Amino acid sequence: MTIGIDVSSVFGEMVMCSATSDIVLKKMCYLYVGNYAKGNPDLSLLTINFLQRDCKDEDPMIRGLALRSLCSLRVPNLVEYLVGPLGSGLKDNNSYVRTIAVTGVLKLYHISPSTCIDADFPATLKSLMLHDSDAQVVANCLSALQEIWSLEASHSEEACREKESLLSKPVIYYFLNRIKEFNEWAQCLILELAVKYVPSDSNDIFDIMNLLEDRLQHANGAVVLATVKVFLQLTLSMTDVHQQVYERIKSPLLTLVSSGSPEQSYAILSHLHLLVVRAPFIFAADYKHFYCQYNEPSYVKKLKLEMLTAVANESNTYEIVTELCEYAANVDIAIARESIRAVGKIALQQYDVNAIVDRLLQFLEMEKDYVTAETLVLVKDLLRKYPQWSHDCISVVGGISSKNIQEPKAKAALIWMLGEYAQDMSDAPYVLENLIENWEEEHSAEVRLHLLTAAMKCFFKRAPETQKALGTALAAGIADFHQDVHDRALFYYRVLQYDVHVAERVVSPPKQAVSVFADTQSSEIKDRVFDEFNSLSVIYQKPSYMFTDKEHRGPFEFSDEVGNISITPEASSDIVPAQQYEANDKDLLLGIDEKDENKGVSNNNGSAYTAPSLESSSNITSQMQELAISGPATSATTPQSFGFDDLFGLGLSTAPAPTPSPPLLKLNARAALDPGAFQQKWRQLPISLTQECSVNPQGIAALTVPQSLIKHMQSHSIHCIASGGQSPNFKFFFFAQKESEPSNYLTECIINTSSAKAQIKVKADEQSTCQAFTTVFETALSKFVSLTFDFVSLCY
Amino acid sequence: MMISQFFVLSQRGDNIVFRDYRAEVPKGSTETFFRKVKFWKEDGNAEAPPIFNVDGVNYFHVKVVGLYFVATTRVNVSPSLVLELLQRIARVIKDYLGVLNEDSFRKNFVLVYELLDEVIDFGYVQTTSTEVLKSYIFNEPIVVSPARLQPIDPAAIFTQGAKRMPGTAVTKSVVANDPGGRRREEIFVDIIEKISVTFSSSGYILTSEIDGTIQMKSYLSGNPEIRLALNEDLNIGRGGRSVYDYRSSSGSGVILDDCNFHESVRLDSFDSDRTLSLVPPDGEFPVMNYRMTQEFKPPFHVNTLIEEAGRLKAEVIIKIRAEFPSDIIANTITVQMPLPNYTSRASFELEPGAAGQRTDFKESNKMLEWNLKKVISQRKQGQSA
Repeated sequence: MTIGIDVSSVFGEMVMCSATSDIVLKKMCYLYVGNYAKGNPDLSLLTINFLQRDCKDEDPMIRGLALRSLCSLRVPNLVEYLVGPLGSGLKDNNSYVRTIAVTGVLKLYHISPSTCIDADFPATLKSLMLHDSDAQVVANCLSALQEIWSLEASHSEEACREKESLLSKPVIYYFLNRIKEFNEWAQCLILELAVKYVPSDSNDIFDIMNLLEDRLQHANGAVVLATVKVFLQLTLSMTDVHQQVYERIKSPLLTLVSSGSPEQSYAILSHLHLLVVRAPFIFAADYKHFYCQYNEPSYVKKLKLEMLTAVANESNTYEIVTELCEYAANVDIAIARESIRAVGKIALQQYDVNAIVDRLLQFLEMEKDYVTAETLVLVKDLLRKYPQWSHDCISVVGGISSKNIQEPKAKAALIWMLGEYAQDMSDAPYVLENLIENWEEEHSAEVRLHLLTAAMKCFFKRAPETQKALGTALAAGIADFHQDVHDRALFYYRVLQYDVHVAERVVSPPKQAVSVFADTQSSEIKDRVFDEFNSLSVIYQKPSYMFTDKEHRGPFEFSDEVGNISITPEASSDIVPAQQYEANDKDLLLGIDEKDENKGVSNNNGSAYTAPSLESSSNITSQMQELAISGPATSATTPQSFGFDDLFGLGLSTAPAPTPSPPLLKLNARAALDPGAFQQKWRQLPISLTQECSVNPQGIAALTVPQSLIKHMQSHSIHCIASGGQSPNFKFFFFAQKESEPSNYLTECIINTSSAKAQIKVKADEQSTCQAFTTVFETALSKFVSLTFDFVSLCY
Repeated sequence: MMISQFFVLSQRGDNIVFRDYRAEVPKGSTETFFRKVKFWKEDGNAEAPPIFNVDGVNYFHVKVVGLYFVATTRVNVSPSLVLELLQRIARVIKDYLGVLNEDSFRKNFVLVYELLDEVIDFGYVQTTSTEVLKSYIFNEPIVVSPARLQPIDPAAIFTQGAKRMPGTAVTKSVVANDPGGRRREEIFVDIIEKISVTFSSSGYILTSEIDGTIQMKSYLSGNPEIRLALNEDLNIGRGGRSVYDYRSSSGSGVILDDCNFHESVRLDSFDSDRTLSLVPPDGEFPVMNYRMTQEFKPPFHVNTLIEEAGRLKAEVIIKIRAEFPSDIIANTITVQMPLPNYTSRASFELEPGAAGQRTDFKESNKMLEWNLKKVISQRKQGQSA
């Protein structure tokens, strides 16, 4: 601030100077003291004296400023001098002084929590919050209390209770009814609080929405987004109202996008992007809003392109693709590439494929390197999904000289097509031969892998022409320094030696068209990001635990948000507690479909087509990834902290089939857990285990209604809390408790009756006995058969 | 909800203002930020997005007249809140200093720190209203004479995205008294519209959209109430239906798709006679933002003709035709055209007799610029390059 010159040497003189009565001069002294006190703890003692005196000044401005400077000194050994002035500051009759005193309490807490608690400041703040007439004082109390109690909650039950009490109905309504008295920033604070409120019934929900409706017309984007979040979270359990909310918020958000600076529109657009991806049909008619303007920054354009792909449907695909094709000729190469990719993604969504394929093929004729490169990758993906187009595509692709393509991805795509459609491309073996001859110059391992496979495929179709090239390729491959290339070449060589027909079955089996490409982001992560709406998670498109450390997780740290798994409170406990949940059934079914696809075709773009034997190992890796992701996620919230390595170790131990027989686990037959607690735990705990096991077909046959399984599991002391779905996919949430101690096991079980497979996800309070519980669970599940058998025979 | 640091960097990365509110972010955050922004390489984007994360620290920035306004935090905050706040801080400082640039910052740094202390306390936003702040701020701004400013290029308004027009009012401090001690009771109301129209190569309008703002800057003392009457035939589309349906149903009148208002605006009589009433706070603020996609006649028609004249040369003919009544004159018009990265040279030919026109090829961002001082209706202007 002093143009880099250190002026701390005049500290003493400055302290003398601050005795002035001129407020401008005084403020400059405060500024100076605030800056240099930390470096001179001894000298700061000098300042305490005059600051304390100023805290009793007649002028409220001076009182306030002195108090702020006093609290900002950040010198731990001076805290004893803070308590007195803070106490009187909180009682000051001027609201400016009170506002500063409230924040001062928070500063004190950060310097010395015990001093702050001992002086009973939180209680004072609470009564100020509920009774003060000045809105800014109230708002500061709220933020200070939220911060203090969140930090205290980890070791004090009382703070926990107090924190909960902020979310009680009277407090929430106290704030919401007065919301217009607060300034826009405080409004955001209140709205953020209201998000966590759990309404008692639907009237409650509509009351809040009516109170807040006009906030959607606010010019401040932060207020609007916070309101949107309240609306979305409140209506999660009411599907039709939730849809109406989308309709209602659409227009204000679009206005915000176009009214602010590019940075602000970026923030709003990221949120719109999330909503568009969640409910594309609602925005389908507004696709023109997502057209790019030439002077927008590239980060905005990129978001818009993604949104255009998301909203494409039967009625607007033609227009959108036309627009995107314009961008392909854009001078901004990055955007041009993005738009070509967007066209490809739309094509994979199955709308109007015919026209799109033509367009893509036109791209190839543009003869620009990057356009060709991007397009080749897309054509490859399209062919995997729509083999019926191979004829048209191949004729065009065949005309491309491989010499013009430099990018590894594009080259790999071209080589894949050469291998796959060798019989249709007359010069395929020769092109491959040329490429193989330049093996040494090929720097990308991916391309070399593809070359090997393509040479093999080509050999099976046109052996005489390829034999020589294949020999060269295998020799070069085995000599390759890259481990994967070397291994694959050796593998091919040995398989060929063993039996050519087996080799053909392995390398080039008859292929099924891919119906759905695996989604890169799991739906669990997407849901979490949605729960963290109006936060950085949306911008980065990943949940907060992936980019913040645990003490800075902010409002999401201890929050038990109402998630996507909506479990309604059970009415009677005698009857098997099984609730249907409708809103999520679709999600659920989709999720399973994707997973199945994943297994069948494997989402790996590179080597997957040729190595179906990799399937099982990729399954394991995906399991491990799941564990790894969930690990750090929730470890912050679980009481017992466990190492990441532990978790990983567990994940590995599930992979090999023979597990050491675990100690027997006794479960409490009369365990009880209310749905709310279940939900909270489910959010908080990490996934300890994921496993897949098969269910006896006879059991499956009995599983026409979920109740049968629920009864069966209850006989094994595993209780169902919710269930849903219909044939062929059923989803259950089970819980169980240890006999002796209140340690819970939560399980999600997805049963697919057509494949007779069950997927189990276990979360446990106690990690050590988790494996044991899983065994118990699986045994119980496998016994389902015999029991139902009895059940059936009894019926007849 | 809270931010950790706030700082302003010049285009060269010099630290102009720096305030650490919570001492959570390690030293050197300004350098980390600047290096990241200047050499942004991720996902092939040339420009750094306004929000990014380095080692657990989230950096937010907005660019205002070439300066970086930056906030950092470790907490997972609402992104639009921080970006909005940065924009608002810039506006408050501008209200006080009259002009925003490095020079005015350096001359007024005590005042700026005074403002920052009142705007944010311990990372929590207190207020960003110039009106409220006035009672806490005691330093007088040292006014940097606007004459020393480069004229703001009107085209920069749109490329920067901000919707601000240069005018006499804009460079005057809200708090400083005029030399001579007398204070003029003034209020400026600007209506700024950003019209986006896409023409097909054959001259048809493909898409058209207007984003508008009614902006006010008040120098009135005593806070009188102001009433602002809008067109009586103004309609505001209400949710549900697609905005593109209105074409068929629109009779006469102006139909806004949607609009929002500043918090000081009261809408009591808006539904009956389209009047906004407000007590304007001091300083500059948007009264109303609106957006419309109704069909309208664009003020200009642009026609281009591109011919490839040989392997390494292209000829572009740009014609614009003004379509507004002849008693209106358009001032300072800029036509921009982005050119491919590998363009090395451009030459221009203006229509004979063109006066007050300037053409330029901006090497740095490969942009072709054509400035016209005045355009009177119904005249075709041609240019070839």
